[in-house]
Amino acid sequence: MLVTILNLVVQGVLTGGLYALFAIGLSISFGVMRFINIAHGDLIVLASFLLMTFANAFGLNPFVAAVMMLPAAFIFGYGLQRVLLQRIVGKNVLPVILVTFGLAIIIQNGLLEIYGPDTRKLSGGAIEVASINLGGLIDIGVYPLAIFLTAVATLAFLDFFFHRSAIGARIRAVTDDPQAAALIGLSPARIYSFAMGIVMVTIVIAACCMSVWSNFDPAIGPSRLLTAFEAVAMGGLGSLWGTLAGGIMLGVAQNFGAQFDAAWQTLAQHLLFLVVLALRPQGLFSKG
Amino acid sequence: MRSMSPAEILALVLRAALMLAAMACVAGPWLFSLNDLSLLTEFFTLLTLALMWNLLAGYADIISVGQHAFVGIGAYAFYGLTVLAKVDPWMAIAGAMAITFLLAIPAMAVIFRLRMAYLAVGTWVVAEVFLLVAGKLPGFGGGSGVSLPIPIVKAFGGSLSGRTQTIYFMSLVLAVAAFLATWALLRSRIGLGLTAMRDNEEAAGSAGVNLRRVRILSFLWTAPFLGLAGVLVTLQKLRIAPAASFSIMDWTIFIIFIVVIGGIGSLEGPIIGTIVFFLLRENLSGYGAWYPIILGAVSIAVILTEPRGLWGLWRRFNTLEVIPVSHRIGAPVDDKTIEP
Repeated sequence: MLVTILNLVVQGVLTGGLYALFAIGLSISFGVMRFINIAHGDLIVLASFLLMTFANAFGLNPFVAAVMMLPAAFIFGYGLQRVLLQRIVGKNVLPVILVTFGLAIIIQNGLLEIYGPDTRKLSGGAIEVASINLGGLIDIGVYPLAIFLTAVATLAFLDFFFHRSAIGARIRAVTDDPQAAALIGLSPARIYSFAMGIVMVTIVIAACCMSVWSNFDPAIGPSRLLTAFEAVAMGGLGSLWGTLAGGIMLGVAQNFGAQFDAAWQTLAQHLLFLVVLALRPQGLFSKG
Repeated sequence: MRSMSPAEILALVLRAALMLAAMACVAGPWLFSLNDLSLLTEFFTLLTLALMWNLLAGYADIISVGQHAFVGIGAYAFYGLTVLAKVDPWMAIAGAMAITFLLAIPAMAVIFRLRMAYLAVGTWVVAEVFLLVAGKLPGFGGGSGVSLPIPIVKAFGGSLSGRTQTIYFMSLVLAVAAFLATWALLRSRIGLGLTAMRDNEEAAGSAGVNLRRVRILSFLWTAPFLGLAGVLVTLQKLRIAPAASFSIMDWTIFIIFIVVIGGIGSLEGPIIGTIVFFLLRENLSGYGAWYPIILGAVSIAVILTEPRGLWGLWRRFNTLEVIPVSHRIGAPVDDKTIEP
């Protein structure tokens, strides 16, 4: 019994790593640009499909293909902000939600039109089935562990980047006060585009981890958005490491819910979120 | 007696056209075929949903992506009351509206804890919870849903044509009631506060509008209308199912496109938007996934170019409202005064 519970918790924590990867980009776009991107989940799915096409076309291992895609992802994110999202940033919430909402529908249905409704999965090779046995009690999958470590490494890097690097300082300056930052010669448009480039990089990392771990199809974007959103809101606004805590809580709740059935798996996740929200609306690790 | 400006005449003509259209709708069953009546029923249902979404997003600053929750609750409450609790079908309609209203209260309590930008996704999570719970309820057919028993269907008319007419009139009454109620709300003291919030929220707050109370009232106001729309949808489709009764595509996404394209923050906008939506749907439905793609692209273009939609475009050239909601200051102006 105790071993079962321990097992559920450990697997849930590892799943939380993937959820943190979903959430990091959303956390940055909310923390820096102060907007919520409704298309976030669909961008993850879009990246998964593009990764699949790219890896298949050149016969590449999906992990290698994902690393090769990162520069293109950064440029895409930069351009998306520059061309589209920058026009609505800083106004009130409504235009941002409506435009990213329209974008979400376009991506979902575009993928449906091009790839069809079938579920897909990428093959990661031997790492997928490898596992480590801990003290004869719990088996830990090497691949989930690798994803968890990827999430921790990504968070540590971004933490360092935002707080220790010169460009990170500029991004924080624009975040705190766009007008004042513009006065000292920083271009908010360029800084925001740079931040969106980083968001797209995290989206490709998340897409790669997800598409090797589980099935995906054009319709799963919204549920990824909700998971990412819940992790961000539970962790607390502007808290990067909070997304990991939020993701872990969601992962554990899902694992316990899944003991009943698939509907309970999702229901447990949402109910935990609503309870945490009711108790602490500002999130658990909010700085504000 | 003063003469009228061309703009005023145009507004009068449009008002007359609106009246004529309304009268034609009342005479619907004698003018239109059964197929057209079904289509119009759908039109009025979507119009009601659009009016409600617009009231929240356009005035009360509540951007809901979870409107489908209350449509689904209305549908499930109606089924539960008629089939499981054996309540008279007509009484069950009132009951379904009441239940939707009651469930909107805890939903509101949770959602309103979220800050503005988060509220939208928060409503979506709440809707997701209701959908999943609906699929778990014993007696409601689980995940695949269940059909309405024939005796309950027959309570709304023994023959197909009789039933179609009854449901048509119900949808007409719903749309008219939703329209008039929203209009009355906007003309009232609360509406004055809502219009002030639409134009400038901070200024409205400092002028003494109790933003929180107005928001809560608006949110609860929409719930029974959405619930009744859910009942009508059920009577048309003759079955409930979590995915269809709580369809985010039909009851929220398309509704958002309707309001955005027609013109957010006006009463005319949802009407124009619903007409445009039906015209597009009847012409583009053969294109599969391209149809939502086109709608999404058009609404992005609308937000970027004319955030107040087609109605906003019209108002650029003509400032008169076809449906008067604004309050005018002081006495009517003489037409010799120079218009700004």
